[in-house]
Amino acid sequence: MVPNIRDIVGYVETNDWAFTQGHRLCPGCNAPMVANWATLAAKSLGYEPVVGAATGCLEVSSTIYPFTSWNVPYIHNAFENVAATISGAEAAYRSLLNRKKIDNDKIKFIAFAGDGGTYDIGLQALSGAIERGHDFVYILYDNEGYMNTGNQRSGSTPPGADSTTEPVGKALSGKLQLKKSIVDIIAGHEGVYAATAVTSEPWDFMRKMQAALEFEGPAFISILAPCVRFWRIPDDSGPEVTKLAVETKYWPLWEYNMGVYKVTKKPKTFKPVKEYITKLGRYNKLMKRPDANEILEEMQNYVDAKWDRLLALEEISKDKPIRRKI
Amino acid sequence: MPVKLTVTGAAAVAHAMRQINPDVVAAYPITPQTPVVEYYASFVSDGIVDTVMVPVESEHSAMSAVVGSAAAGARTMTATAANGLALMTEIVYIAASYRLPIIMPIVNRALSGPINIHCDHSDAMLVRDSGWIQLFTENHQEAYDFTIIATKLAEKENVLLPAMVNLDGFITSHGVESFEMLDDEVVKEFVGTWNPKYSLLDTKNPVTFGPLDLFDYYFEHHRQQEEAMNHAYKELPKVFEEFAKISGRKYDFLDLYKTDDADYIMVVMNSTASTAKYVVDQLREEGKKVGLVKPQVFTPFPKKEFQQVLNGRKGVVVLDRAMSFGKEAPLYSLIKSSLYEVASKPSLGSYIYGLGGRDTTPEMIREAFEDAIKGNLITDEQRYLGLRE
Ligand SMILES: Cc1ncc(C[n+]2csc(CCOP(=O)(O)OP(=O)(O)O)c2C)c(N)n1
Ligand code: SF4
Repeated sequence: MVPNIRDIVGYVETNDWAFTQGHRLCPGCNAPMVANWATLAAKSLGYEPVVGAATGCLEVSSTIYPFTSWNVPYIHNAFENVAATISGAEAAYRSLLNRKKIDNDKIKFIAFAGDGGTYDIGLQALSGAIERGHDFVYILYDNEGYMNTGNQRSGSTPPGADSTTEPVGKALSGKLQLKKSIVDIIAGHEGVYAATAVTSEPWDFMRKMQAALEFEGPAFISILAPCVRFWRIPDDSGPEVTKLAVETKYWPLWEYNMGVYKVTKKPKTFKPVKEYITKLGRYNKLMKRPDANEILEEMQNYVDAKWDRLLALEEISKDKPIRRKI
Repeated sequence: MPVKLTVTGAAAVAHAMRQINPDVVAAYPITPQTPVVEYYASFVSDGIVDTVMVPVESEHSAMSAVVGSAAAGARTMTATAANGLALMTEIVYIAASYRLPIIMPIVNRALSGPINIHCDHSDAMLVRDSGWIQLFTENHQEAYDFTIIATKLAEKENVLLPAMVNLDGFITSHGVESFEMLDDEVVKEFVGTWNPKYSLLDTKNPVTFGPLDLFDYYFEHHRQQEEAMNHAYKELPKVFEEFAKISGRKYDFLDLYKTDDADYIMVVMNSTASTAKYVVDQLREEGKKVGLVKPQVFTPFPKKEFQQVLNGRKGVVVLDRAMSFGKEAPLYSLIKSSLYEVASKPSLGSYIYGLGGRDTTPEMIREAFEDAIKGNLITDEQRYLGLRE
C-alpha cells in the first residue's frame, strides 16, 4: 500500500480534508501544507488520524474558539508537551483496546510542532516519549524560528539570520551558532524512524509519512517549511526556496531506521549555498556586513562536511541495523 | 468483608488505586510520594491490575500525559509532591480548564527553596487557585477513603473537575498504621465505569480539545469552571452519604471534634489534627471548653460551614502549614474573610507551624489554645509555633 493519489484527490474534491479550510495562517505559509499532506497520507492509507499540536503558528491559527479547522480529533495542551500529551493519549488507546472498551484499531497518533516546541523547550518531552517507545508520528514543521511570537531565534535558526532576539546589528552578525542537528539527536535514540523532508517534495514526504505510520514505535519527520513573513520571501515561493535548500546541500533528504541511514535524494551536482541564502530576505542585513563572506564560507564548509558524513553513514550502516526492537 | 491492614499511608493510597484500577497511571518519582507509585507499579508488574503505566521523564510530562489520556476518555491518575507539583503547575491549570476528572494524590512536602523533603502544605497552596478539587486527609483511613470518594465526585457529569487528595509527607505516607480496606468488589461498584461524553478516540465525532480561547469566550469558560465548583460543593454531601452506606464512615466538609459547646476552637488540616485532638482532650479534662475543626475539603472552600461553626465563639486559632509571604496565611485569610458576615465574630489568631517538617508537639498546640483562652489573640499578628526567633 502507498498513499493513493486518487484517494487523496477524492478527499480534496469532496472536501473531506482532515485539516480543512478556515484556518488563519498567513497566505503562502508552508505549515498548512504539512498538516494537510500528513493527515491526507494517513487517511488514504486507511488510518484514522488523532492529532496533537504544540503551541505555535499552526495551533493558534487553526483552532480559534468557537471555530476549528480540524475535522479529526485534535488536542492542544501547551507549548513544550505535545509529545507527552500524545504519549498519554496513546497509552489510553492501548489500555482501552486491551480492556475492550473500544474496538477501533485504525487510529494513528500524529503530533505537530514547530522548531521552538521541538528543538528547544519541547526536546525533553519528545526524547522521553521516544525512549518509552510510544507509537506515534511526530512532525516538526521547521521554519527556523519562533514565528508565533514574532521571529525570535530558536535552536534551529541558522547563523547570520536576522531574528528579533538576535538581530543582525552593527556589532553582531545575528545568531552566531550553527543549527542543532535535530534529526541526529532523534536518531541517537536508536529505536526510532527519523527523516527529513521539504515542502518542494510532497511525494517524498508522503512516502516517509507512510514509513513513519507503519513503523511500530516512535517516528519523527522534520520538514523544512518556510515562514514567508519572516524569511522575507514572496508568498508563492516557499517550495521554490526549499527546492534550492536541497540543491545546495543546505537541507539533505535522508532517513534513519533503527540504525540504518539512507540518503533519499542525491543530486548529481550541487549549487553553492550562497544561492539559497541570498534568496532569503532575512539575510539582507547580513549581506551588507563586511563579515558576510566569512559566514557564507563557514556555512559552505559545514554543509559540505555534513553531506560527506551522511554518505559515509549510509555506506557503513547499510544492512546493519543497531537495533531489532525499540 | 472489610479487612484491617497495617501498612504505610502510601500503601493505603496504592490499595485504593488498585481497587479503582484506572486505565492509565503516568507518574514521576519524588520523595515522599515515590512509594505510592512504586506500590502501584508492583501491582502492575505482578498482573494484579491491568493499568497501562507511563513512567514519564518528568512531572511536567506526567501531567501532560494524564491530560492526553483523560482527553482520550481513560480513567487516569498520577501522584506527586512539592517540586513535582510546582513543575506540573502550568498543566495543572490546563487539566482543570479542559474539565478532565484526573485524580492525583499529593503527598504534601515543603516547596523549595531551600530544598527540604519534609511535610508542609506549601505545595497544595501553590495550586489552590488552579480549579482542582482539594481534599485533605488526617490519616491512612482518610487517605484511602478520600481517593475513592474523589474518583466518584470528579466524574459526576455536572462536576468534571480534577481532584487532589492531600496526605502529609512521611507522617501519613511513611508512618505505619491500621486502616480498614473495603472489598474490591464494593469499591469497584461504588466508582462504577467511566464513560466520558467526549473522547479523542471517538473518530466518528471528532472534537477539538484546547483551542485558542480569546477575549470573546475565555471569561465565560472560567465562569463555567466556577459553576462546576459550585456543583462539586452540592454533590459532595451526596457522595459522602453514598460512601457512608458502603463503609459506615460518614464524612463532611468539616470534621468537628468537641465543638458543640466549645468557646475556643482551633482549625488545622491533615495529620496535626490528631495531635490537636489529643490536646483538646487534655484541656477538656482541665475543664476548658475547647474544640477542633479539621477541614477535609479545602476547595471548594466550605465557607458556610465555617460560618455556622465559628459564629459566636469567643476565640478561634487557625494553624497554617504554609506561608503566603507578605500576606495572611492561606487558610487563615479564607476563614477570616468568611467570618466578615457572621453576627458574632470570634477573636482570631493566625499561627504558622510545622514548616519543612518541623515537629509540632502537644505543647505547641496548647500554647495556641492558651493564647485564645487568655484572650490574647491579635487578628493582625502572625505567630509561629516551634520557631527559634
Ligand atoms: C512555557 C511557554 N513559554 C513561552 C511561550 C510563548 N510561545 C508560544 S509559541 C512560541 C514559539 C513557537 O515557535 P515554534 O515552536 O517554532 O512554532 P512557530 O510559531 O514558528 O510555528 C512561544 C515562545 C508559551 N506559550 N509557553
Ligand atoms: S507567521 Fe510565518 S509560520 Fe506563522 S502563519 Fe505566518 S507564514 Fe506561517
